[in-house]
Amino acid sequence: MTPGTTTSVRLTGISKSFLGVPVLHGVDLELRGGEVHAVMGENGAGKSTLLKVLAGVHRPDGGTIEVDGAEMSFASPTDAQRAGIAIIHQEFTLLPHRSVAENVYLGREPVRRMQVDRRRMVADTRELLDWLGEDGIDPTDTVASLSVAQQQVVEIVKALSTDARVLGMDEPTAALADHEVELLYDLVRRLRERGIAILYVSHRMREVFDLSDRITVLKDGRFVTCAPTGELTSEDLVRHMVGRDLGEYYPDRAGPDDLGTVRLALRGAGNDRVRDLNLEVRAGEIVGLAGLQGSGRSAVARAVFGVEPFTRGLVEVDGVVRRVTRPRTAVRLGIALVTEDRKGDGLALRQSVRDNTLLVRRAALRGGRARARSDVPALLDLVAVVARGEHQEVRFLSGGNQQKVVLAKWLAVEPRVLVVDEPTRGIDVGAKRAVHELLRDLARRGVAVLMISSELPELIGMSDRILVMHDGALAGELPAGASEGAVMALATGHGIGEAA
Amino acid sequence: MSVLQENTLPVRSRTTRPAMRRRFTPTVIVYLALVALLVVGSVLVGLRGEVLLDQGGILNILTRATALGLVAIGQTMVILTGSLDLSVAYLVGLTSLIAAETMAGRNGMVVPGVLLALAVAAGVGLVNGLVITVLKANAFIATLGVALILRGYLEDNYTGPAGDVPRGFQHLGYDRIGPVPVAALLMLAAAALAWWYLSRTRPGYHMYAVGGDIEVARLSGVPTRRVIVTAHVLCSVAAGLTGIYLASRLGSGAPYVGTDAGYDLESIAAVVLGGTLLAGGRGGVVGTIGGVLILATLDTIFDDLEVDPFFKDVVRGVVLVTAVALYARRMVASRARGRLA
Amino acid sequence: MTWRPRLAEGTAPVLIVLLLLLIGLAIAGPAYAEPSGYLALLKRAAPLMILAIGQYFVIVSGGFDLSVGALVTAGVVIAARLINGSESATARVILLVLGFGLLVGLVNGLVTTKLLVPSFIVTLGMLLVLDGAIFLWTGGAPRGALSAGFRTFGRGAVDVPLLGEVPWSVLILLAILLAAALFMRGGTGRALVAVGDNEAAVRLSGGQVDRLRLLAFVLSGLLAAIAAILLGGFAGVSAQVGDGLEFRAITAVVLGGVVLGGGRGSVVAAAAGALSLESLFTLLNLLGVSGALESAVQGVIIIAAVAYAALGSGVPQRLRWWPKQRDSARPAQPASS
Repeated sequence: MTPGTTTSVRLTGISKSFLGVPVLHGVDLELRGGEVHAVMGENGAGKSTLLKVLAGVHRPDGGTIEVDGAEMSFASPTDAQRAGIAIIHQEFTLLPHRSVAENVYLGREPVRRMQVDRRRMVADTRELLDWLGEDGIDPTDTVASLSVAQQQVVEIVKALSTDARVLGMDEPTAALADHEVELLYDLVRRLRERGIAILYVSHRMREVFDLSDRITVLKDGRFVTCAPTGELTSEDLVRHMVGRDLGEYYPDRAGPDDLGTVRLALRGAGNDRVRDLNLEVRAGEIVGLAGLQGSGRSAVARAVFGVEPFTRGLVEVDGVVRRVTRPRTAVRLGIALVTEDRKGDGLALRQSVRDNTLLVRRAALRGGRARARSDVPALLDLVAVVARGEHQEVRFLSGGNQQKVVLAKWLAVEPRVLVVDEPTRGIDVGAKRAVHELLRDLARRGVAVLMISSELPELIGMSDRILVMHDGALAGELPAGASEGAVMALATGHGIGEAA
Repeated sequence: MSVLQENTLPVRSRTTRPAMRRRFTPTVIVYLALVALLVVGSVLVGLRGEVLLDQGGILNILTRATALGLVAIGQTMVILTGSLDLSVAYLVGLTSLIAAETMAGRNGMVVPGVLLALAVAAGVGLVNGLVITVLKANAFIATLGVALILRGYLEDNYTGPAGDVPRGFQHLGYDRIGPVPVAALLMLAAAALAWWYLSRTRPGYHMYAVGGDIEVARLSGVPTRRVIVTAHVLCSVAAGLTGIYLASRLGSGAPYVGTDAGYDLESIAAVVLGGTLLAGGRGGVVGTIGGVLILATLDTIFDDLEVDPFFKDVVRGVVLVTAVALYARRMVASRARGRLA
Repeated sequence: MTWRPRLAEGTAPVLIVLLLLLIGLAIAGPAYAEPSGYLALLKRAAPLMILAIGQYFVIVSGGFDLSVGALVTAGVVIAARLINGSESATARVILLVLGFGLLVGLVNGLVTTKLLVPSFIVTLGMLLVLDGAIFLWTGGAPRGALSAGFRTFGRGAVDVPLLGEVPWSVLILLAILLAAALFMRGGTGRALVAVGDNEAAVRLSGGQVDRLRLLAFVLSGLLAAIAAILLGGFAGVSAQVGDGLEFRAITAVVLGGVVLGGGRGSVVAAAAGALSLESLFTLLNLLGVSGALESAVQGVIIIAAVAYAALGSGVPQRLRWWPKQRDSARPAQPASS
């Protein structure tokens, strides 16, 4: 690696469609050495696809890629790597039982006299770590012994060790806790100083303003704008990303008459991730739970559902104190959890739509209640799943339809408390809208909904009130229609006390 | 990956723990257990007025360990790669026959016999590897299928021992230096070679990578198919060496010498007992040899104590399950610690 | 929605293979021109089919049961020794053998789920323990004799209106098959398949993953005990009666299109796989192929079947022969977000 030399990349008119569905329409992007270039957009705007085109994972249907003025065509990630482009994907690609150096040089181990030149491997890895100022990691450490943030540093070192001059990062903070995010910022800035071009894909406003030099906004697969970060305000960005008035997109909120009794209440609840939680969710309302990654939002969901139960305080369901120590208990009390990872733990992908719809019913209930089956078509109608039939395997469905099946499996047991964690992640606009309407419809029928979402417009648009978490505790409560700024202020730890 | 899978929480602790954990790896535990077993065995045998680790005892343990050790070295490689091989037992029988029949009592045919046996073994390994990588058959089924094919061939062509090993070649099976059989030294040399290969060479690194996570390995440019095929070829060659060794000991080839000893499942048991993960990616030959020595020592102790031979199987089964349960507990415990940190 | 008979995915190929084999039998052997020939075939195949059904439960939920062969031997040897020719002891001993199978399955299941040992290792250990213990107990060679009453299940027949003489073992097999098929259509059965597909999803749907797994092992143990009773009657007492049956049962299940690692396949297809295997051996016999080559053919067939499933149907067989162990410590997302 020769620090100081810089590379520029120009993407022109990139188009890409999957199975006839266009995802990118003629997108332009220019990336210079020594800059952090953020790409922003809502879910489904095409950010990740663009990154994968650059990485050689997807071949574009149209458009050109130029590196230092020379037109390139990447047939595989290896081609892109040779051109000095490396991508850090959302999923980690490390072997937990192997050492840092072994991971960094995996597949490219230096060989000397028939043996892997371990000394050189360790020395080179150490050099790269030093270059990044990461002396807390030893090249001989086992990856599994590192923190998540350190593991991410190893990913970055792995990318840099290929002599990458262009680094793409896809939602790099998704896996990090708050204090680790700061470390990543530092690292990104150091990379920039050293002349690396960084393409930073994120939908988090704060990160992008903190880090980037320029911002490109995509919407529905189209290029919207590209401007230096200093010339944009967050309001501009939201306008560009959303491009429409937020209000019209969400179903009507609950009126005062719609609210019923308190279905779920936490009184001073906590465990080793969250603390002192006091909240109530009433029948008929949708309560938004906001917070940055790592603030404990999902930990609340998991604790309510008994996955990692509360160890302190009380949980009341329909006014009765309950001990919810495992999901089965939660389900039987009428609590449902739509997890944020629908493929990982929401669905049995190789089973049919029908089997998945009946999954909860069969798994958690007994006897006649588990056997009822005639209402599957009705359930699928209710959530409007589009499938070839109820015997189609769910892995063949689109993300949106999969999510509808997840909702159907919970509706099959008629929950009274519904906790949804990122219910619209990775699904298209139409399905998103359907999910929103479904959630509101359920609330109207007397379900208490607790909704977690990283997308502030969605959270604000859907919620009857918003609870904001910061660092494992509730930082405050905001009324319906609060501004993003107000939510962010609480979520980042400013303004505690004035809002609550 | 999921946020909700309690079982795959990333290990997040920072400092103190690794030192502790590095000290008590499964390999260390295996050898501590071996020492403990030798001590307890010596006491028990001593109570009968005999000595466990006298010349005969050592000879006994090492002889028992030689054949199983060779098979298990190969099995370690395929298991580390995330595969397994159920065909080794029949292959041991087949190669013993090939070696003995080719030699047919002639000293001049020793080298061709050995080479032919090894070549056939490598060929079988190649078939195993290709069926897994090219036909994409599950390793369990692929090697079971190959095992059945070998068995059919053996049953169709042999009813009992065949071939004749020249007297000179029998030295391999019986010569010793003091109480240590030459063959045992050769087995340990093979183990050392395998250790070097796995922990020092690039293809060895890649075996760990493929066993650890085949997708990660592929994305990092590891030629995963070649790695799997290589592991299977080496495993089969190790089985071939076992067959040759047994031919030299028996004086002839025997079709069921491998299956009677149950080398297929026994070798897997030794590997897992030695601390290698059945799912691959972690472990090594050193632990495997420890596992083999434990099994051989158990056998010798029981012989000395004149315990009913069938009791050995019972103990073996219990030892195997207990050991793996202990490793599993350690992992759960370390995860739990990692989570609180 | 109108009800249509529907084959579970992956069932069709094994049924076609079975049909071809049966036609082959009809052409090759005059005995198979009449139903009685097929009844005899079914009678021979019954123990293996029952074992395959048991093995199916374990495999589809993501495990292995290597102990069934040893369990069959144990069942036969125990029965022979305890009955020792005495008719009056028969009923008691049959219950004891069934109870023993249940117990072995229970231990397999508990060690797998509670001690987190891979089922491959647990049942391998059980295989060693059973083999050793039985011979320890009998002193090396099976002793005693089965009573005529005991042997009725394996070799006797009963008059059934319309059908004539139907072997007991066929009736038992059909009852088990029917029960298994109904079970797999029901909620618990579907949940069992879902466990093999995605354990986390079942757990987070309120399912009791450990209990479902345990149930699979218990059923496998129980069915192995039933197979032992049939085999004891059919083949008589020997210490080799169960040898290799675990692999044969796994072969049958895989031949039926069930995916190792779990989550896919039907129980009827698994049983059909066992019947195909037995038909194949019969056909080879009729064609004068040496018995010794039987296993070679078996080997080729299972490789072909799995390769066909992996390459032909577009449904990749899981690459790993064994589902990834739970320790993987893969640094995914942090638990807190």
